Amino acid sequence: MLRKNMWVAGVATPVMIAMLLLFAVSPSVKASDQPSAANAAVKIDNFVFGPQTITVPVGTTVTWTNADDIPHTSVSTEGVFKSKVMDTDEKFSYTFTKAGTYPYYCTIHPKMTGKVVVQ
Amino acid sequence: MPDKKQDLIDQTLQDLNNDGVDRRGFLQCMAWAGTGLVWTMSGGIPVSRAFAKGYGKDAGKGADFTFVQISDSHIGFNKPANPDVTATLQTAINKINAMPHKPDFIIHTGDLSQLSKPSEFDTLDQVLKGASAKQIFFVPGEHDMLSDNGEQFLQRYGKGTKGTGWSSFDHKGVHFVGLVNVANLKAGGMGSLGNEQLEWLENDLKGHSVSTPIVLFAHIPLWTIYPDWGWGTDDSEQALSYVKRFGSVTVLNGHIHQIMQKVEGKVSFHTAMSTAFPQPAPGTAPSAGPMKVPADQLQRVLGITDVNYVVSGRSLAVVDSPLGDAGASASGTAGAPLAVVDSIHG
Repeated sequence: MLRKNMWVAGVATPVMIAMLLLFAVSPSVKASDQPSAANAAVKIDNFVFGPQTITVPVGTTVTWTNADDIPHTSVSTEGVFKSKVMDTDEKFSYTFTKAGTYPYYCTIHPKMTGKVVVQ
Repeated sequence: MPDKKQDLIDQTLQDLNNDGVDRRGFLQCMAWAGTGLVWTMSGGIPVSRAFAKGYGKDAGKGADFTFVQISDSHIGFNKPANPDVTATLQTAINKINAMPHKPDFIIHTGDLSQLSKPSEFDTLDQVLKGASAKQIFFVPGEHDMLSDNGEQFLQRYGKGTKGTGWSSFDHKGVHFVGLVNVANLKAGGMGSLGNEQLEWLENDLKGHSVSTPIVLFAHIPLWTIYPDWGWGTDDSEQALSYVKRFGSVTVLNGHIHQIMQKVEGKVSFHTAMSTAFPQPAPGTAPSAGPMKVPADQLQRVLGITDVNYVVSGRSLAVVDSPLGDAGASASGTAGAPLAVVDSIHG
């Protein structure tokens, strides 16, 4: 048992040092800042979906976050996806597995519209 | 802008002249026009404190009946614009209960709740239970039909109504119609009544003589105030075409959390203050979201609408009063709401 733990520690320590060095060299890089083909974000702010049109590759998960003091929804006009009501800071995610253009709107404030273009 | 306001006043006065209102009544109406919040705020018309105060004291005197409109309680809202919306609703109810003339009933023009939660409706019921007027009529706001297409709202507040909650009733010679313009909203659109409801409205009004005063009430304004923010109803023209033949039509709405009024021929449009939080004037903010005002000014921008009906003149007087003391408001910041009095003659 003792030997195994020591082995783990022996492998883990250089990895941790390497990670620390990496962060020391570029302190601003965090995992969440890494560009990722699989994730995209739409922020709902001041009754606007931002960006209003977002273009993403197939397989991307789009996450909407409501930054307003008022609840909103994000609902596909063609019935493809439908969020529950998002209160302040609440999120909704949907993964787009097929290419196409997906218009959507807020069913509470229908003047709010947006589009996800999946390529 | 000032020209538009002047037109509105001229038009109103013209209507009064045509209706042969006596000089005293005419002067009173002029005073009402002068105390109009909307005109005062955006048209620079001087406010007559004396008239405003005097009217407040005598409000409802000589009226055949009175009812009160409250709107946009948003029970469950707890953001900085008003962390305690239950308390301000309670203040509104206290104000109604303290009126020298007891209202026959209350109309709530929607957004009872913030998120359509059962607990929010429960809290609302609890507060409204304390109102001196026991009969309350409701139409839903978009916040009341968030998760279930308004099923819960219908069960609680829409007994005996049609469709998504529309209905009509007669009270002492006045025909009241509650309309729903927050259901099945289309992408890119504003409020919507829908064909089924419009058809029902046309039939509902058919049996009434032109001399019957009509009161329409709905959540979203039935006139286009600001399309960019969705402050209007796409098919309201159709609905209004059905009431054109009537001599006196009053349209009461909520949704925009501020007083706006317009007189168009025999139709008078009026929106009420919220009991929860104010919203910005059209186009004055990036969005229509809740407006934060200093805590000591909140009660000046929340309020209730008191409608007095006089059978002899077939007239309705709509009086908006803020939750805070009117006298205190008068001595406060310029432009703070005092009371809006608008007269509609049929």
